[in-house]
Amino acid sequence: MNLSMKWLSDYIKKDIPIKEFCAEMTMSGSKVEGYEEEGSQIKNVVVGKLLSVVPHENSDHLVVCQVDIGQDTPIQIVTGAPNVSAGDIVPVALVGAELPGGIKIKKGKLRGVESYGMLCSLGELGLTKHDFPYAIEDGIFLIQEECEIGQDIHSAIGLNDTSVEFEITPNRPDCLSVIGLAREAAVTFNTPLCVKEPAFNGIDEDITAQLKVNVENTKLCPRYAAGIVKNVKIQPSPRWMRERLRASGVRPINNLVDITNYVMLEYGQPMHAFDIKYIDNNHIIVRNAKDGETITTLDGVTRTLSSEMLVIADENKPVAVAGVMGGEYSGIMDDTTTVVFESAYFDGAQVRKTAKKLGMRTDASARYEKGLSPESCLRTLTRAFELVEMLGAGEPVKSYIDVDNSSINAPKIPFNPEWINKFLGTDIAESEMRKTLEALEIKVEEDCCIAPSFRMDLERPADIAEEVARIYGYNNIPSTFVKGVANAKLTKEQQFNQKIENTMVSLGGYGILTYSFISPKYFDKINLPEDSKLRETVTISNPLGEDTSVMRTTILPSMLEVLASNYKNRNSAVTLFEIGKEYIPTGKDTLPMELQRLAVGMYGDGIDFYDIKGVIDSLLKEIGVEGYTYIRPEELNAFEETCALHPGRSAVLLKNDTALGFIGEVHPYVQENYGLGVKTYVAKLNIPELIEIAQTEITYKPLPKYPATTRDLSLLCDDSLPVGKMESVIKEAVGKILEEITIFDVYKGSQIEEGKKSVSFSIRMRSHEGTLTDQQADSAIKKVLKELEKIGASLRV
Amino acid sequence: MKEQLEAIQKEAISAFESCLDTKELDNLRVKFLGKKGLLTGILKQMGKLSAEERPVIGQLANTVRSKIETALSDKQKKLAESMLEAKMKAETIDITLPGKKNKLGSLHPLSIVENEIKEIFLGMGFEIADGPEVEYDYYNFEALNLPPDHPARDTQDTFYITDNILLRTQTSSVQVHVMENKKPPIRVIAPGCVYRSDAVDATHSPLFHQIEGLVVDKGITMADLKGTLEQLMQRLYGEECKIRLRPHHFPFTEPSAEVDVMCFNCHGKGCRICKGEGYIELLGAGMVHPKVLEGCGIDSSVYSGFAFGLGLERVVMRRYNIDDLRLLFENDYRFLEQF
Repeated sequence: MNLSMKWLSDYIKKDIPIKEFCAEMTMSGSKVEGYEEEGSQIKNVVVGKLLSVVPHENSDHLVVCQVDIGQDTPIQIVTGAPNVSAGDIVPVALVGAELPGGIKIKKGKLRGVESYGMLCSLGELGLTKHDFPYAIEDGIFLIQEECEIGQDIHSAIGLNDTSVEFEITPNRPDCLSVIGLAREAAVTFNTPLCVKEPAFNGIDEDITAQLKVNVENTKLCPRYAAGIVKNVKIQPSPRWMRERLRASGVRPINNLVDITNYVMLEYGQPMHAFDIKYIDNNHIIVRNAKDGETITTLDGVTRTLSSEMLVIADENKPVAVAGVMGGEYSGIMDDTTTVVFESAYFDGAQVRKTAKKLGMRTDASARYEKGLSPESCLRTLTRAFELVEMLGAGEPVKSYIDVDNSSINAPKIPFNPEWINKFLGTDIAESEMRKTLEALEIKVEEDCCIAPSFRMDLERPADIAEEVARIYGYNNIPSTFVKGVANAKLTKEQQFNQKIENTMVSLGGYGILTYSFISPKYFDKINLPEDSKLRETVTISNPLGEDTSVMRTTILPSMLEVLASNYKNRNSAVTLFEIGKEYIPTGKDTLPMELQRLAVGMYGDGIDFYDIKGVIDSLLKEIGVEGYTYIRPEELNAFEETCALHPGRSAVLLKNDTALGFIGEVHPYVQENYGLGVKTYVAKLNIPELIEIAQTEITYKPLPKYPATTRDLSLLCDDSLPVGKMESVIKEAVGKILEEITIFDVYKGSQIEEGKKSVSFSIRMRSHEGTLTDQQADSAIKKVLKELEKIGASLRV
Repeated sequence: MKEQLEAIQKEAISAFESCLDTKELDNLRVKFLGKKGLLTGILKQMGKLSAEERPVIGQLANTVRSKIETALSDKQKKLAESMLEAKMKAETIDITLPGKKNKLGSLHPLSIVENEIKEIFLGMGFEIADGPEVEYDYYNFEALNLPPDHPARDTQDTFYITDNILLRTQTSSVQVHVMENKKPPIRVIAPGCVYRSDAVDATHSPLFHQIEGLVVDKGITMADLKGTLEQLMQRLYGEECKIRLRPHHFPFTEPSAEVDVMCFNCHGKGCRICKGEGYIELLGAGMVHPKVLEGCGIDSSVYSGFAFGLGLERVVMRRYNIDDLRLLFENDYRFLEQF
C-alpha cells in the first residue's frame, strides 16, 4: 500500500517529519518499507515563458527561444522541439539542473548559438500523459496549470508529494486504505483523526424503476449496494485527484474510473462502475457462474468460469467476476451516459479462491480476500456520489438499492486490564489502555470491549493485549527471565550424534550439508537397478524442478555430488561427512520414515579402501560399537546402493544379524558418471542401528598389575585367505589371555611363492592373575599354529 | 716436602684450568690423583718424615688432595656444560620450517552456530525437540491457526506431497507435537530444516534451517519473551548487542513481533549493510495464540506461553560475513576448511 502524504494530511493535521513518521508507524505496527519523494531527482527546473521563438540561422529544425524565467533578463535556449511558440509556459531546466536518469544540464552551443538550459518534455520530468492528459508526449510540456513564471517546477505542477510504501499484514485489510492508515497515524502520534462523513445531494428520482438487483447467493454476497449516476460527462479528473492516485501507485484513467479507485484507496472498499446500457433490462443478478461460462475481463483476457465462482450478471451474461474484475465491454467508455456504481461485500475466502483459480489477483480481490466490513458499502457509495458531484462528473440519483443480508457479529471481548498487564509483563494504567482502544475505535465498556466491524481480526483478550502493547510500544515492555527452575540436557540420541560429529572432525572429516530432495536421475547415476525399492520415493507434487523433486531414499548420491563438485573444483584431497536423513515412504496417506544416516566420502593421493575403513573403525570404536564384522555385499545384500561400489573393494558391516552400513570404493562406472577422475571411497552407517548396540556407558578397568608377553608370528598362506579369518582363529586359540593382535606386515612378492602371502602378527598376551610364564605363552602360540594349519596358514621359515 | 705438595697443587690447578676436553682431564686426574700419581708418590715418602712433621704434612697433603679434587670436579662440570652447549648448538634447527600436518576436520558452519545456540538454550533450561520434515498439513498449518484458505498461507510457498502431506515450511510444526506430548511447563527449542519453494539465489534456498523456541507455563509473559531473546542475542553477539521488537502478524502468535538486532556495523546509526535501518531483522516471535494452546489441549486461561523462530542461515551469514547463501550448500573444501 502506497500512501500519499498529502492525502493523509486531509485527516491528520499534525506536521510530522517524514523520517519520524516512517519510524514510528513501523514501531506501532504499520511497517514502512520505504518512502519516495516525488520529483526528488529533479533539481533546478523552473517555470518559464517563451518570449520569442525564431528559427536557428544554421539549422532548419532548431529554434532559438528567449525565455523569461522570472529574472531581470531572459535567457536564450536552443531547442529542436516542434511544438513551441511564443507565449507558451514551459518547464525550463536551467544550467546546473538535474533530471531523472542522472541527466545534468550544462551550458551548450548548438551550431554556433549559445544555449543556457533545456526546455523539458513530460518524459524528461519522469511523467506520462496520464499525469497531464492535455500534454503531448513527443514535444515540450506546455503547462496549463496555474503557476508563476520562475516558480520551482515541483510546486508548479504538484510534484511535491511523498509516497510512503507500507507492508500491510494480512490481518489488517483496514490498513489498505488512507483512512485506515490515518487512524493508525492518529493513535501513533496522539493526534485527532479528522474524517468527515460523506454526503451528496442527488436528483430526486426513484431508482427502482431504473435498476433492479437480485442477489441469488446471499452467503457469498451478504450485501450489495448500487446506485446510478446520470448525464455522465467523461473527462480527465482534476489535477489533485490525479496526483493522489499517482502517489498511490494507481494510473489515472477518467473521472468516473478514477472516482472508484479513489474511494477504494480512501476507504479500502473496492467499488465497481459499469455502463448501464450493457446491463440487459437494467437487471443485475448476483449469482454463481455456470460451468464453462466465459467473460472477457477489463484486461482483455477471456476467462472460463466455473460454478463455484460468483459473478455479477444481467439476465443474459456475466458482466463482472464478483470482487475480482469487471467485464471489458461493460466498462466506462467515452460515450457512457449512465453509470451504475456498485459497492458490495463479498465472502473473502470465495474471492481468494476465484482470483487464485483465474490467476488474477487485483487490488480489489486483495482487499476482499482478507475480509472487509459490510458496513462500509453505503458510506463508500455515498462518498463516490459526493465526488461525482464535486467533480461535476454527472448527476447521482438520490435513492439507491441496498440488498443487505449481512449480520455483524462483533463479539464482546473481555477487557481485564489486570490480565493484560500480567500477560504482557507490564504496568500500564487502565486509563491509558482505554484511551488507546478508543482511539482505535474499539468500544470499551465496563469489563468488555467491542471491535469495530473493520477489525474482524479482534476476537480474544490476547488480541486486545496486542493493541494495547503495540501502541504502548513493544520496546517499553521490560525484559524479564522465565521464572522457575528448569534443567535440560541432550537426549541420548542427541549426545550420540554429537559424538559422531566430533569424532569425524578429529578423524579429519569436514561436515557438509546437502539438500534432502534430489533428482530421480541420481538413481541412474549410482547404477541402481530399475526395480530397486529405493526408487520408490516421497515425491513433491509441485517441485521447483526435476533436480529437487523427490525426497532421497539414500544419502549416497548427495555425498557423491559433493565429492564430484569438489573434484571438479580441483580440490586435490577431501574427507567429508554428513549426518542427514533418508525418507522412506510408508504409504500414500502416511508420513515417511525419516531415518538418520552418516555418510562419509573421501578421495586423495594415496587414499585407499583401508583409509576409509580406518576412519570407520576408529569412529565406531569411539562411539562404543565393537564386535562387528566386514562381509562382502555379495554375501549379504543389505544395501541396494552397494551396486554403486567396486564388487571386490566393498563391504557390509554386520553385527549379529544387524547390518550397520557399508563401505567401499566407488564403482568405475559410477565414478565416470560423476566425472570423478580419482579413486573415491564412501561409507554409509545407519545411526539408529548404531545407537541400539553402542556401549555408551564407560566402566573403568584396573590398570594391569602383571607384565605382558608379546610374540610375533610370520605366517605363510594362500593369498585368498582373508586376514580376518586368521585373526579370528588366533583370537579363539589364545583365549582370554589375549590382549591385542596387531598385523604389522602383509607381504607378497619375490621372496615367496607366487599366489601366497606372508602375514605378520604381533600377539600380546597378559594374565590378570600373575606374570605369564614362557611355557604358558609358548603353549598358547603352539595352539595358535595348530589351528592356523587347519586353515592353511603355516609359520614362515 | 711441604714445598713439593704446594707445587703439585699449583701445577694441578693450572693444568686443569688450561685443559680443553674430558679425556685430557681424565689423564690429568690420573697424573695427579691416580694410584701412581704425583700426590700418591709424595705421600709414599711420608715414612721418611719425623714424628713431629708427619701429622703436619699429612694434614697438608689431605688439604691439597681435597683442593685438587674440588678443582677437578669443577672443571669436569664446566667441561660437561660446554660440551652440551656445543652439542645443542650443533642441533639448532630452522624453527620457521612448517610443523607436521595433523589431519583435523571441522564442522559445517551451520552446525557450529547451531551447536552454539543449542548450548545457550540448554544453559537456560531448554530441551531440544525434533519433529518430522515431511509433515501433515494439520501440524504445519491448521493447528497453528492457519485453516485452509487462510490468506497467510500464500506467504509461504509450500511444497506438497499430497493434498494433506507437505514439506514443513516452518519448525513451528514441532510446537504442536511438543504440546501434544508434554504437559507444561514446557521449555524447548527445535532446530531443523524447512522447505519453501523459493528458487536458489544469493539469499534464497528451497531448503533452509530454523530454530524454533517454545515456552509454556503459568504466568509466562511477553516480558519473558523479550528477556529470553535478549539473552540469546547477547550471548550470540556480545553483551552490547541490542534488540528491538516490532509489531507484526503471525497467525499462531498474539501479540506477534518481528525481532531486529542492532546493526553490528553502524550500531544503529544506519548504513549500507542494514539499508539505513540501523537494525537487521533476525527472527519472528510472539505469545502463543490461545487457539493454538487449546488445539493442543492446553487450557489457555491457566497457561500462557511464547514462541519464536530464528533463521539459522541468516545468523551464520552474519557471523562469518558470508554474502552468498549458496556457499553453505555447495560444500566446497576451500570454503569448509575456513571454519
